[in-house]
Amino acid sequence: MAERLTLKGAIDGLRAKRFSAEELAATHLAAMEQARPLNAFVLETPEAAIAMAKASDARIARGEAGPLEGVPLGIKDLFCTEGVRTTAGSKILGNFKPTYESTVTANLWRDGAVMLGKLNMDEFAMGSSNENSAFGPVVNPWRNRGSNQALTPGGSSGGSATAVAAELCLGATATDTGGSIRQPAAFTGTVGVKPTYGRCSRWGIVAFASSLDQAGPIARTVEDAAILLKSMAGHDPKDSTSLNVETPDFPSFVGKPVKGLRIGVPKEYRVDGMPPEIEALWAQGVAWLKDAGCEVVEVSLPHTRFALPAYYIIAPAEASSNLARYDGMRFGLRVDGETLTDVYEETRSQGFGAEVKRRILIGTYVLSAGYYDAYYLKAQKVRQRIADDFTTAFERVDALLTPTAPSAAFGLGERTSDPVAMYLNDIFTVTVNLAGLPGMSIPAGVDAQGLPLGLQLIGRPLDEGTLFSLAGALEQAADFTARPERWW
Amino acid sequence: MAIDAATVKKVASLARIREPDDRLEALADELNGILAWIEQLNEVDTEGVEPMTSAVATKLPMREDVVSEPGDAARILANAPKSERGFFVVPKVVE
Repeated sequence: MAERLTLKGAIDGLRAKRFSAEELAATHLAAMEQARPLNAFVLETPEAAIAMAKASDARIARGEAGPLEGVPLGIKDLFCTEGVRTTAGSKILGNFKPTYESTVTANLWRDGAVMLGKLNMDEFAMGSSNENSAFGPVVNPWRNRGSNQALTPGGSSGGSATAVAAELCLGATATDTGGSIRQPAAFTGTVGVKPTYGRCSRWGIVAFASSLDQAGPIARTVEDAAILLKSMAGHDPKDSTSLNVETPDFPSFVGKPVKGLRIGVPKEYRVDGMPPEIEALWAQGVAWLKDAGCEVVEVSLPHTRFALPAYYIIAPAEASSNLARYDGMRFGLRVDGETLTDVYEETRSQGFGAEVKRRILIGTYVLSAGYYDAYYLKAQKVRQRIADDFTTAFERVDALLTPTAPSAAFGLGERTSDPVAMYLNDIFTVTVNLAGLPGMSIPAGVDAQGLPLGLQLIGRPLDEGTLFSLAGALEQAADFTARPERWW
Repeated sequence: MAIDAATVKKVASLARIREPDDRLEALADELNGILAWIEQLNEVDTEGVEPMTSAVATKLPMREDVVSEPGDAARILANAPKSERGFFVVPKVVE
């Protein structure tokens, strides 16, 4: 098989019978076994993978191939998979084996995809470095030039980003509540797409903050991401916030000319302390889009700096409510005790990790009697202000271009002591979740240490198509060919 | 609105999370750090702004009030920490 196979290349190769789905699955399973030091998978499912691949080969032989027939994927362990352990990166789910399949993964299997296993993540998707996983951190395949230091792949979808970057799968599912698809994509040189809120069904995805959570793909090329999102998206009556709209043919937007599109550069994203390399890359991105015929203008999103504080009220508040279900009664961990309260308290104290407990406490506090108006209601009003900023900007421009993250990947253990410093990772991504907009991260260059950096595109609600066209133009201009050197 | 160890203990008990007494001060410091940062929101004028409820304006969908999935006790109990004769077994709730 050719070096660095893309998902699209695999689909074409399978159709042309250059290799079988079973061979493709076996190659990836072998790569996963070798890559265990990366800790990307929390569960490998080789038997299921081979069985699904054989079924794909049979369908290909019968001429009944689906759009993703035989394509091996990794699944973030936040998606419920029928009969396959699902943990959300937490001890509290124990050996939970869902008796149902999430809508997003069901859509992928309907289209013929093959599951390789479940991917590591920050516990309940809370984190920006994958260090909050009960299974230990994922290690980024990328390293600083000439260094052996272990770096974070970002989070919370660190397993998804690492598995795609290290070529352990052709694409992966991920979820994004404040930047959990886009920041890891930027840290690993991959493409990450967070669609419009409501584009993908949340049914069967372990809930963190329901008004912000959204599923999307991580892949190695823009076209691969578009192919995956087309299969993942779609209306689902089982999620009342799922949008009843047509799913566009996303791949057809990749490669479309972007001439004449107006791109906004939000001046508030020029933050203090941003590394000069990231500023330079951002300017380079502007130049690339101008070369492609776009008109670039400065815009203002005046409430940007209030996005993270608002997020750290809304997300913990919703999390404290969603995570109340982990009481040790119907599924997951139960720690026995003298009284019923003892059982609840011991189960939750032993089952949840430190960051999850911290957020539950914050959430419980801001929702408690007397504080609801001052915190939660205030945050939801600020959130409306942030969304209005975007609405105003989109009267003048078709999309926005920003950096994805304020830094490249950092060392494991470097930022665990200060929660607020860790939260700042999401400074450029979290506004998009609050406003429910689509956002994408595209690998655009490397820093002086050789680490990948990403650029982010933000679009109007339901306008992923324009973003895919712009992302394709950036991908072509950036010609990002850097690869992590294989050390595992 | 700085919070103290006693408030942390109360909030933790509301959330059914047991925190050892010697952790309460440290947790209060952590939470105060986060809350102090959140206080910035008071700088935003939100007079007359309705709290946001959805990103893309939609009406909450209605559905027929019918059983969509038949009850299957074995499936529902499959992940129970303890079950017996089609029931969840839980600690005694009423003394």
